[in-house]
Amino acid sequence: MKLKRNIAVSESGFLFDPTNGESYSLNEQGLEILNLLKKSKSDNEITSYMTETYDIPADEFEKYYLDFMGLLRQFKLLEDEQ
Amino acid sequence: MNSKRKLTVAVTGLNNTDNPGPGIPVIRALRESEEFDVRIIGMAYENLEPGIYMHNLVDKTYRVPYPSEGSDVLVNRILEISKNEKLDVLIPNFDAELRAFMKSRETLAKAGIHTFLPELEIFEERSKNNLPEFGKKYDVKVPAGKPVTNLDELRDIKEDFDYPVVLKGKFYDAYIASNFDQASMYFHKISAKWGLPVIIQEYIRGTEVNVVALGDGYGNTIGAVPMRKLYITDKGKAWAGITLDDDRMLDLTHRIIKSTRWRGGMELELIRSDDDEFYLIEINPRIPAWVYLAVGAGQNLPEAMVKLALGMNVKPFTDYKKGIIFVRYSFDLITDINEFEKLSISGIL
Repeated sequence: MKLKRNIAVSESGFLFDPTNGESYSLNEQGLEILNLLKKSKSDNEITSYMTETYDIPADEFEKYYLDFMGLLRQFKLLEDEQ
Repeated sequence: MNSKRKLTVAVTGLNNTDNPGPGIPVIRALRESEEFDVRIIGMAYENLEPGIYMHNLVDKTYRVPYPSEGSDVLVNRILEISKNEKLDVLIPNFDAELRAFMKSRETLAKAGIHTFLPELEIFEERSKNNLPEFGKKYDVKVPAGKPVTNLDELRDIKEDFDYPVVLKGKFYDAYIASNFDQASMYFHKISAKWGLPVIIQEYIRGTEVNVVALGDGYGNTIGAVPMRKLYITDKGKAWAGITLDDDRMLDLTHRIIKSTRWRGGMELELIRSDDDEFYLIEINPRIPAWVYLAVGAGQNLPEAMVKLALGMNVKPFTDYKKGIIFVRYSFDLITDINEFEKLSISGIL
């Protein structure tokens, strides 16, 4: 899944969708995931990176990850949802 | 040395209130022109329009009669003012006065006063009464609509519409009614203020978005900037807004301007429905009060409109900054009773 091309994400975790003018605040982990998505990393690659970086089991991370991706989808921030 | 071309521009809509007219933002835009050194003559309908007292923006103001007193009365007053002020361009900013100035375009032009307004025919076509026909003719999605002139007709709308519905005045005002009782209350409120008919419109669920645009009268879009309101007043006016990056909104704008050969400024009011379709809910046939956002985003549309009015060649804008925000504010302007007196007694300040 890819982030829409025109989405702007700042280093501080401020996300702006210029198509509808909505903006969102990301925490550190959300920002990391978004940056990985922007680099076209797969779900498996993101899970590997996050579980290696943070002390969290893969199955637990996946639960949070699916919730997060659900939010991105709900807010129409993902390319394949357009 | 100032090499800018000197121009005298008359502007209406100095009511920079919580229901703002576009006059002051238009003047700010013209003051920022790199080509014109403008002298601004304000045309005011009421003595307390704030722009009258903004002497840094408005050089001189004249009281003018309401269009309801007759088109000729209004136009003759403008011609009389121009004898003293030598007006080069007139920018009307109220829907209610546009018809008078459109009909008098040639008379005004003979007096050296240039305007840049839509053709009367297309002005009528896009009116709220005629929006469903406009949608059909130009292949634009619009909500179903019906004008009503009395409570019996309002009661009968249940045959064609499901509540909630939107009730709109001929020129201004819109309310959402969830049932007949609310609808009849708004019907009386709107008809008392704006007359009949009151327009009933299908309520489309979604987000309101807007475009300010300028057409050259030959089907070309000189500029267009889409915006979403971030803060809306209880009168439904944008108190803050942000420029958007949406090609579909721009495509729709270009299409409407091309097919109608729109001449002048316009504001498209659109609803982006929950299923991501755009519905045109209104075309305001003039520059909107939030036009200064477009200037801030890189498109000085009022300046471009003045150039078009003067017959100058204008290169269309090709870009604007996305994510630019405006936030309106209120401001206490201090003036003296003498100023108010002067305007009240002589009609000039």
